[in-house]
Amino acid sequence: MSVQTAARPSSSSAGTSSQPKIRTPRLRFPRAARSRRSRRSLALTLLMGLVLLYSLAPLFWLLVNATKTQDGLLNSFGLWFDGDFALWDNIARTATYDGGIFLRWFANTVLYVVLGAGGATFLAVLGGYALAKFDFPGRKAVFAVVIGAVAIPGTALAVPTFLMFSQMGLTNTPWAVIIPSLISPFGLYLMWTFATEAIPTEIMESARIDGASEARTFFQVCLPLLTPGIVTVLLFTMVATWNNYFLPLIMLKNPDWYPLTLGLNAWNAQAGTAGGEAIFNLVITGSLLTILPLIAAFLLLQRYWQSGLSAGSVKE
Amino acid sequence: MIKTLTRRGLLQTSAVAAALALGLTACGGGGNAAPQQTVNSDAVEAALQKGGKLTVWAWDQSLKKVAEGFEAKYPNVDVNLVNAGTGNDQYTALQNAMSAGSGVPDVAQIEYYALPQFALSKSLAELGQFGAADLDGTFTAGPWSSVQAQGGVYGLPMDSGPMALFYNKQLFDKHGIAVPTTWDEFLEAGRALKKADPKAYIANDTGDAGFTTSMIWQAGGKPYKVDGTNVGVNFSDEGSTKFAETWQKLIDEDLLAPISSWSDEWYKGLGNGTIATLSTGAWMPGNLVSGVADGAGKWRVAPLPQWEKGANSSAENGGSSLAIPAASSQAALAYGFLKYSNVEEGVQARIDGGAFPATSKDLASEKFQNTEFKYFGGQKANQIFAELAKNVPAGWSYLPFQVYANSIFNDTAGQAYVSGTKLKDGLAAWQKASVKYGTEQGFTVKE
Repeated sequence: MSVQTAARPSSSSAGTSSQPKIRTPRLRFPRAARSRRSRRSLALTLLMGLVLLYSLAPLFWLLVNATKTQDGLLNSFGLWFDGDFALWDNIARTATYDGGIFLRWFANTVLYVVLGAGGATFLAVLGGYALAKFDFPGRKAVFAVVIGAVAIPGTALAVPTFLMFSQMGLTNTPWAVIIPSLISPFGLYLMWTFATEAIPTEIMESARIDGASEARTFFQVCLPLLTPGIVTVLLFTMVATWNNYFLPLIMLKNPDWYPLTLGLNAWNAQAGTAGGEAIFNLVITGSLLTILPLIAAFLLLQRYWQSGLSAGSVKE
Repeated sequence: MIKTLTRRGLLQTSAVAAALALGLTACGGGGNAAPQQTVNSDAVEAALQKGGKLTVWAWDQSLKKVAEGFEAKYPNVDVNLVNAGTGNDQYTALQNAMSAGSGVPDVAQIEYYALPQFALSKSLAELGQFGAADLDGTFTAGPWSSVQAQGGVYGLPMDSGPMALFYNKQLFDKHGIAVPTTWDEFLEAGRALKKADPKAYIANDTGDAGFTTSMIWQAGGKPYKVDGTNVGVNFSDEGSTKFAETWQKLIDEDLLAPISSWSDEWYKGLGNGTIATLSTGAWMPGNLVSGVADGAGKWRVAPLPQWEKGANSSAENGGSSLAIPAASSQAALAYGFLKYSNVEEGVQARIDGGAFPATSKDLASEKFQNTEFKYFGGQKANQIFAELAKNVPAGWSYLPFQVYANSIFNDTAGQAYVSGTKLKDGLAAWQKASVKYGTEQGFTVKE
C-alpha cells in the first residue's frame, strides 16, 4: 500500500508536473530575499573566485602543458601554450610508448576500481543497512570497531597487510590490490547513517506485512531509497581506489599489474636514471588522461550525490 | 592461510616493519657465512643448459637487449626482467621481499654505495663460490673494489662512472673563459662567469650525498673505514677538508645554481646555458642526448678538475652491480646470467645501449675509444673517460649503512646550501648522526 509514497523524498528534485503546484511559490520567495542580500557579499564572491582560481589553475597548467613537446615543456612559459600543438602526438606516444603499457595500466586501474570500489560499495551498503535497521547482539561492538577503523589510515596498515599477503602468496597479483580495497569503514559508516535517515522503519514493516521476503524488502523497497547514499560512497571509494598509490607500491613489483599512479611515477623516475630517457611530456599527458575518467564520473554522478546532501535536512 | 595475530606476532610484525623503515636487517646472525659449497664453472654451465625461469630486478633499460641475447644463447632459460623501482625504491622492495621470505628475485641491480649494506646482512650470495675471484683484473680497479665486502665478492660490476667534467663550450667561448683544470680555476671560472652573465652559474648543487663523497674520494679523503662491524667515520681528514673549503667559497659567493639534479628545471638549465658544467659519471652522455636535446653540439667533455695542478685523478660516481640474493634457489643459473651480462657478450649490448662499461678490455678496445659523439661535436669522449677510469684512488669504502647515511645528508651537511651553516660543520653533523645510527644498529663506530 504505502510503498509508493516512499519514493517521495528522493524523486522530488525530478519534479513531476502534477505535484509541484503548491510548492513553487514557496521556493521563489526565499530566492527573492536572497538576491537582496547578495549585493553585500562582494568580498565573499571575490574570495570564492580566488578559491576557484586556486583549484582550477593546476588543471589549466596540466591542460596547457599536455600540448607541448619535451623540448617545448622546458623552453616555454609554463602557463601558456607553446608554438607547436603536440597534444595529439603526445596522446599517441603515451599510448604506444614502451609497447603500449600505458593502456595496460589504464585497464588495470579500471579493473581495480570496478572490483575494488564496486565491491567496497556493495559491502558497505549491505553492512550499513543491516546495522541501521536490524537489532542484534554485538551491534555496539561493531559500531566501536567501525569508528576505530575510520581513524586508522590505510597507509599504516600497508606493511602488515603486505606481510600477511606475502605469506598467502598473493603479493604481485591483482588480488593484493583488490582485496584490501574492498574494506571501506568510512563507506560503511556513511551508509549506516544514511540508511538510518532515509529508510523509515514503517516502510519496512508495511512491506513485511504485505508478505515481502527480507531480500525483496531490501532490493525493491530500501535500495532505491538509498541511491544517493550509494552514489556518494561509490564516488568516495572510486576516487580512493583510482588514486591509490602506497598499497600497490608495496604489493606489486611487476609493471604489468601497475595501476596508473605507479606507472606514471615509474615514467617520471626514469628521467633520474643513468641511461633513462626523460619523458616529462608523456608523464604530463598521461596524468591528464588519468584524471579524465574521474571528472566524467563526477559530472555524471553529481546530481545523485547532491540530492543525497540534503538528506535529513528537513524534518518530516 | 591466515594466522590470528598473537601479541608476539604483532611484535614481530612491527619489528619487521621497523627494519623495513630503516632499510637494514640488523639481525645479521652471528658473522658466520652460510656453509659454502664450491660450485665450479661446469655447474654453472650445466644450470644454463638445463634452464629455468630467472627473475631479474633492474631498472637499467639496456638490460632488455642483454636479456634477449641471453635467451637466444641459452634457449631453455626464460628471463623475466622486472623494473621494481629505481634505486632506493627497489632496495626497499627487495628488503620487503627478503623479510617476507617470498617474491625475492634471482638477480638484483644494486648500486655500489648500497652493496656493502646488503652484503653485511648476509642478504646476498657470496660469488667466490662460483669462481668470481678469478675475475680479478677483468674490471677496472674502482668498480672491482666496490663489489668486495666482508672479504668476499658480492656482485659483478655492471657499469662504472668515472667522473669527468661536462661543460657548455659555447657558454665558455662566448665569455672568453678558459675551461678549468683545477678546482681553484673552477672557482675563478665561476666568479668570471657570474660577472659576465649574472643568470649563469658554473654548476648546480643543492647538496648531494653521492657527489660530496665522490669529491672527497677524488681529493684522497677516506672518511669511512670499514672492517666487518667495526666502522670509522671521520670527515676531518685532509681530503674532506680540501673539498669543504673550496665548496664553501662557491656556496658563499652564490656561484652554484640552486637547482636540484634530475629535476625538470635542471634539464632546462643544462639546455639554456644556466648551468655551465656538470661534474659527474661517464654514464651521463645518454641522459644528455635524450633529456637535453637543446645542448647538442654545444657541450664537450674534459678531465675532472684536479685538487693539485698537474695531477690526474678521478673518482667513481654512481654505477651499479648485479647481485644474487641469498634467498634465490637458482644461484648457479643466476651467476650464469651475471657473467653473460657483465663479462661476456652482454657487455657489448649494453655499450651499444649507451652504458659505460667496467671491463678493462672493452674500455681499451679500439672501437670503443674511437667512437665519435655527435652530441659533443664529434669528440672522442670515451678516450677521456677510459683514462679517468684508470685513475681512481684505491682504498675507498662506503658505510655498511650508506643508504641510510645518504638519506640524512640534506638534514645535516646539506644545511650548508640553504642556511648559514658552514659546510665543515655540516659534515661534522652528518658524521655525528651517522655514528649515532651505526651504534644503534649494533656496529662498533669510532669517530
